[in-house]
Amino acid sequence: MGKRVLLIEDEPNIIEAISFILSRDGFTVHTHEDGETAMDKVRSSPPDMIILDVMLPGRSGFDILRDLRANPDTEKLPVMMLTARGQSKDRDLASRLGADHFMAKPFSNSEVRELVRSVLEP
Amino acid sequence: MALQSAPQTGTRIRERRIDQGLRQADLAQMVGISPSYLNLIEHNRRRIAGRLLGDIARVLEVEAVLLTEGADREVLEQMQAAATLSRTSGAELDRTEDLAGRFPGWSLLIAEQSKRIQQLEGQVQELSDRMAHDPALSASLHSVISSVTSIRSTASILTSGEDLDQDWQKRFHSNIYEDALRLAGNSDALVRYLEKPQETPIGKLPTQEVEAWLEEHLDDVRAMELNGTSAADAVAKANLTPAALDLLHAHLMQALDDADRMPEPAFSKAAKSSGYDPVALADLFDAEFDAILRRLATLSPEKGHPPMGLAVCDASGAILFQKTVPEFGLARAGNACPRWPIFAALSQPMRPIAREVALPGTPETRFMCYAIAKEFGATVHEPPTVRAYMLAISEPAEGAVEPLKVGPTCRICARSDCAARREPSVLGALS
Repeated sequence: MGKRVLLIEDEPNIIEAISFILSRDGFTVHTHEDGETAMDKVRSSPPDMIILDVMLPGRSGFDILRDLRANPDTEKLPVMMLTARGQSKDRDLASRLGADHFMAKPFSNSEVRELVRSVLEP
Repeated sequence: MALQSAPQTGTRIRERRIDQGLRQADLAQMVGISPSYLNLIEHNRRRIAGRLLGDIARVLEVEAVLLTEGADREVLEQMQAAATLSRTSGAELDRTEDLAGRFPGWSLLIAEQSKRIQQLEGQVQELSDRMAHDPALSASLHSVISSVTSIRSTASILTSGEDLDQDWQKRFHSNIYEDALRLAGNSDALVRYLEKPQETPIGKLPTQEVEAWLEEHLDDVRAMELNGTSAADAVAKANLTPAALDLLHAHLMQALDDADRMPEPAFSKAAKSSGYDPVALADLFDAEFDAILRRLATLSPEKGHPPMGLAVCDASGAILFQKTVPEFGLARAGNACPRWPIFAALSQPMRPIAREVALPGTPETRFMCYAIAKEFGATVHEPPTVRAYMLAISEPAEGAVEPLKVGPTCRICARSDCAARREPSVLGALS
């Protein structure tokens, strides 16, 4: 089984596209759409990396990132935040909260694949 | 004793002479008078005019009128502000008055343009704030970006040249179609949203549109009171944005209601004979204090009433409406001087406040202000909504109590010793 990527994103078509390209690269992709219960998902299926959208229903990606960094089990878990292009304040906040990487929407598939590979297959 | 007719001329001559590096004896000799006589002039103990004034002005390289009248204080302050705001210009601040005296037309232009730039900067800030905090715009942009991201990513899979089974192909085509539809709808909504401001004069809030309309249609509003025209009829003819039309309708409904309770000419006569005392008028007409303030603000100086301004704000201090009169007008965008009584009223709901205030200047501009904050709409679960009203009556008779010192907005307020100051004034050098 490949390294596990948890994609927390609420747009079903984006989920499908990213899941497809990463699965094809050999990663095991789990997805979750709700911010409120995202931490439960992390606990029940611990991933090797999280791709985390900022705007989610229930709780924002920032809140989830804050929880991840406050928990000893997940404080070092690699997190890539998906932010909207031009929203530098989102990027700054994510950086302060401890995000490892950023990807600005709209991104290219190759950018996502390269970044995930660089984290999980260094 | 200093002469009353020209108390400042001698002082200006003295300042100008010192600026030029001339000794009193030198200047006196150059214009053919004794140093002691020049000393009396410089201390405003001798009147100066005519040829001697012209000779001194020539030696001091200044227009005679600048020595006798000085430059317009407001123009000077605005020029000073322009120079301070443009730190890289290298403008000679110490020669502002000189420039204003020599080229009054150009100086007025600098002052007006500087004022306009500050107004426009304020409007840009206001618009930026509205855009940044507009949830509709934020949600719309988020949706557009999500659709574009999905289309890009899915299309990239379909065109990668790799083998895809038919189910996946169908699925991705369907996803792209869905996202394209969503994108079209969101783009359309976004374009319509962004086009909206073009219907409004740039930077004008709906409330400012209403204020401008009322100023232009004062006579129409008075005629409405007499003819019994409905607010809806007037609104139907007004060429304003939909948001402003709603506000105008509400404003006119309230104005007509006030007029019903306090009809003309009885109100006008009573206002004059009471000395524009809202407390007495409230008793006389059995009306709410805020209604009296609104009604007083409609009285026209053309009918012999003093100019009266009105301001209305909500609990956050945001100005919801104002009728300005010369020298009276509160800064919007949360920049108003917090010392105006309307803001004090917010912390003491239902308590009428009367306070004379003075704006900086030489001489200071005084207003008699009456304010009250009203609460309404409270329920067991909801706190009340608050509206504060303030009437400002121009140049009241001298009161027994020292007027409360207020200002325009910190940035252009010359008061240096104000505990309520939020930021330094650009007029620091003049204050």
